[in-house]
Amino acid sequence: MRLDRALLLHLAVLAALLALHFAAPPYHHSNIARIMVLAIYAMGYNIAFGYTGLLSLGHALLFGAGLYSAGLLVYHGGAGAAVALAAGVLAGGGMALAVGLLALRTAGVAFMIVTLMFAQAGYLTVLYFGAWTRGDEGIVIPQAARTIAGLDLASDAPRYLVALALFAVALLANLALVRSPFGRVMVAMRENEERSRMLGFNPFTVKLAALAVSGLYAGLSGACYALMFGYVGAGLVSVQYSILPLLYVLLGGAGTVAGPFLGALLMFYLIDWASALTDAHQFVTGAALVVLVLFAPKGILGTLRARWLRWLP
Amino acid sequence: MAAVTLLEARGLTRHFGGLKAVNGVDFALDEGEIHALIGPNGAGKTTFVSLLSGRIPAQSGTIRLRGRDITRLPAHARVRAGIAYTFQITQIYAALTVFDNVALAVQGRGGHPLAAQAMAALDRVGLADRAGQIAGTLSYGHQRVLEIAMGLALAPLLLILDEPTQGLAEGEIATFKDIVRSVVPQTTVLLIEHNMDVVMGLADRITVLNFGEVLATGTPAEIRANPAVQAAYLGG
Repeated sequence: MRLDRALLLHLAVLAALLALHFAAPPYHHSNIARIMVLAIYAMGYNIAFGYTGLLSLGHALLFGAGLYSAGLLVYHGGAGAAVALAAGVLAGGGMALAVGLLALRTAGVAFMIVTLMFAQAGYLTVLYFGAWTRGDEGIVIPQAARTIAGLDLASDAPRYLVALALFAVALLANLALVRSPFGRVMVAMRENEERSRMLGFNPFTVKLAALAVSGLYAGLSGACYALMFGYVGAGLVSVQYSILPLLYVLLGGAGTVAGPFLGALLMFYLIDWASALTDAHQFVTGAALVVLVLFAPKGILGTLRARWLRWLP
Repeated sequence: MAAVTLLEARGLTRHFGGLKAVNGVDFALDEGEIHALIGPNGAGKTTFVSLLSGRIPAQSGTIRLRGRDITRLPAHARVRAGIAYTFQITQIYAALTVFDNVALAVQGRGGHPLAAQAMAALDRVGLADRAGQIAGTLSYGHQRVLEIAMGLALAPLLLILDEPTQGLAEGEIATFKDIVRSVVPQTTVLLIEHNMDVVMGLADRITVLNFGEVLATGTPAEIRANPAVQAAYLGG
């Protein structure tokens, strides 16, 4: 990848996050670790939605595939955290392939409904196998099992640094992907599917590949969540967790590499700030989203790119 | 010199309900020719080329490209096999740069090096100096030309142009004719066109469609002299 201002910008974001490791007060330090894990999820969502134009309402299933395969492997199978992490990534990608093979026969509103239904089926499956998953109550991963290469993911400093390392890999891989020839084809599919077909691209395989990459990201994020925060419960695969990455991406800027992180960061602190202010914090976030859709429908970075920063990937 | 057949259709048929849009058409294209497809509105011209390009599946009949049966091949695979199609209504990526539009076409056939081949295609149509511009901000005429550049960048065996001069100014039509002349004989051109000056000036052969069937095929002089064509289309 050539070292230009776009790469430098993203490296600067990573450097700032590393600096925050030393500078941030404990409360924010722990928040940012969680935001980075959620941002990996949102980046994956953005690859499908922002770049390829696949509006999925069922990504919680992919997040959940990573969350539960990592969590259950550690909790019931006694697997190590590294194995669980790898399994979570593969489970997310594999689930995306399986869902995509069926759901990508549809498009638009039908695709939204089909993915939503798949995710609901996943949620109900978690509840149905309550003997293993303990349903809504969930399972707590013992601290002893949450160690990767000698780093205790249950304590603040290693958790932050592992989260940052994985976030960095995910962010730079995302940047490389969208600047690759395949990244151009993903955008082409979003912009004009019929035109792309008549340039020799098979829409089904392009969309399936993008969805699979999206699933790898969601699976990684889900597995990180289980191992770093030690909790795996049905609430994390509910419909709310399909909507969250969509909101992050819309806020930060769909089809921008740094947008998902920015969206996750702002939304997290908006909710945090609003909940301290009022019990009706969802009203505040709702109002913020209405303002966003009315005045900056491209999200923050999308608007910046349209106005001033055309080079922003 | 005996002409070599590039593409051959036999008994090609597509009905929409009771409408026989294309009805048992036999058709052959010679390598390196410019072949025009004319006929009144609703004669089935666009449906016919959509069957050739695979955008619409044929109900019966066969299509062979250099002897290979491509009748069941999906549209994207036919593009890779060498059939490029430019749309009647301009279909470019309006939000992407001119360069990206053409680069996607080069990528579609796995061309290397990408940037050089994309720029070469833009150069051929005179858009090289606009490579960085957002395609949607081009003038209408330039957008039509960009779409032709995308077709050329596919380096096809057959380039199908569906009413390419529609809405173009006189000067732009002259440029267009030069571009088409420059692509043969490496590329064979099949052209749907209403502008008779363009047809008569460019085409080696002409096929006239009427009510989904072939009314006549021949050189421009033969078609002009054909009484059935005059009655149906040229209006005497």
